[in-house]
Amino acid sequence: MGYLDEVWDYARENHHEVWSGLREHVWLALLPVLIALVLALPLAWLIGRFGWLRQTILAVGSIVYTIPSLALFLLLSGIIGTGYLDPLNVVIALTLYSVALLVRTTADALASVDDSVLQAATAMGYRPARQWFTVQLPLALPVVFAGLRVATVANVSMVSIAALIGLGGLGELFTRGFRLGFYTPPIVIGLLLTVALALVADLLLVLLQRMLTPWSRVGVAR
Amino acid sequence: MIEFEGVSKRYADGTIAVGDLSMTIPSRRITVFVGPSGCGKTTSLRMINRMVEPTAGRILIDGDDVTSRPAAELRRSIGYVIQHAGLFPHRTVVDNVATVPVLQGMSRRQARSRARELLERVGLTAQMGDRYPVQLSGGQQQRVGVARALAADPPIMLMDEPFSAVDAVVRDDLQQELLRLQSDLAKTIVLVTHDLDEAIRLGDQVAVFAQGGRLAQLAPPEEILREPADEFVARLVGRDRGFRGLSFVTAGDLPVQPVDTFVEDHRLTLDEDGRATGWTGPDGVRRLEGTFTAADSMRVVTDLLILSSVGAVVRVDAEGRADGLVLADDLTEVLRSRQRPRPSLAEER
Repeated sequence: MGYLDEVWDYARENHHEVWSGLREHVWLALLPVLIALVLALPLAWLIGRFGWLRQTILAVGSIVYTIPSLALFLLLSGIIGTGYLDPLNVVIALTLYSVALLVRTTADALASVDDSVLQAATAMGYRPARQWFTVQLPLALPVVFAGLRVATVANVSMVSIAALIGLGGLGELFTRGFRLGFYTPPIVIGLLLTVALALVADLLLVLLQRMLTPWSRVGVAR
Repeated sequence: MIEFEGVSKRYADGTIAVGDLSMTIPSRRITVFVGPSGCGKTTSLRMINRMVEPTAGRILIDGDDVTSRPAAELRRSIGYVIQHAGLFPHRTVVDNVATVPVLQGMSRRQARSRARELLERVGLTAQMGDRYPVQLSGGQQQRVGVARALAADPPIMLMDEPFSAVDAVVRDDLQQELLRLQSDLAKTIVLVTHDLDEAIRLGDQVAVFAQGGRLAQLAPPEEILREPADEFVARLVGRDRGFRGLSFVTAGDLPVQPVDTFVEDHRLTLDEDGRATGWTGPDGVRRLEGTFTAADSMRVVTDLLILSSVGAVVRVDAEGRADGLVLADDLTEVLRSRQRPRPSLAEER
């Protein structure tokens, strides 16, 4: 019996665990990106509106980013009083990382919008809120999406670490392999599915971006 | 009518962009602000639609202070065109043009159909409306910019260096187009440029700005060229102001000689339709540099004479048939006689 058959047999015999691990992995990785985006938008707006906030907000973000994830998972349960095994810890921790990353890229994305276009919008008679939502934010989307793709892929890989505290989606396949004396089939399955998940999520983001920014793909005249 | 009453703009660091500006901009005419960079012409323009707020004085539109309305509402009633068109890259051309009507609450469908009509009005096709700005050339984008400014049919249009970013040939087309539109629409247009030729060509009235936001002269273009108010204006209008001034003199009154007159031993050759083809003389055929019509300016005629190979310029009728020659001596005499009755500046004051 070849090695691939061994991996395949393992997947078939444990398909419940593999499937539930994958599902857990999906929402543990993606939900934080979604929440982080919702939080990063107003923060990025604040940075654009009040320039002096930029250094402060980005510095806090950088500090958050340097906290090791395992430490943050455990710390959070102490701070907010959830149990060690509460998936909320993972969601909150990954949200913090994602916000730290997205706030910077989103603020840069908004700042990258051509000032003459914004001036023209003001001169046409846009009020600030409508201008932000219908002119500045749409034009910032390509760069916002670049940040979202990085955050998403980073989260997909980071969720696995939560397996060390018993909540890691596909990461649990890694810990199981180690517990079985470095039995490789679950590790290989976990690895392949993690990579596949990251690729699919990235692809979906690319498709979504193409749908939302049809103007960024048209050819230039002349 | 737009009135500046003692308007100043002083920045926090003490720089004075505009100093105590008072002037009246007549309705339904083109007023051009011209001057070197940093002279406050753009700042003055942008104070009209409150993109910049003055630190002193006030601006009235038809007697009402511009600050008496919310800024956004005021701006929707004033068209605005800028250098690189400033189109929204994420919206199709037709949606760009429809911007202000939609802001004013017109339905998107109605605004779009009106926008397509406007595209044709500025020399584009309705089909171009489905493209994105990046798919158009610089000149086409600028036309869209003008259409967008006109979309809500505002009585006033502000144009900030609208034709500076396009090449000379396209600029010429756009200027002609603007004059054509203006003869139909009769808007109150304020246009900023650093190009004196553009100011002279487009302006019914030219405001020359000097450093520190000082208004050096406000007058019709021919007067600016003929009688610069001071040393600064004289330097700005430059050495060839005499030549430029000929743009305002019609060539219709020039004395002409019959087309078969010999000029420097040469005679005009005509084809069977009566069109001039060249000058035939004892040593062969010399080329013809061009012709003018009675509707052209003296500038055109003088320029043709400078280029002429025989010292005469050919006038043609509306069908392009040669109907007379203007000789170098006659032209010189006309140019000279224009200046003789003028008193010296010193005498006038």
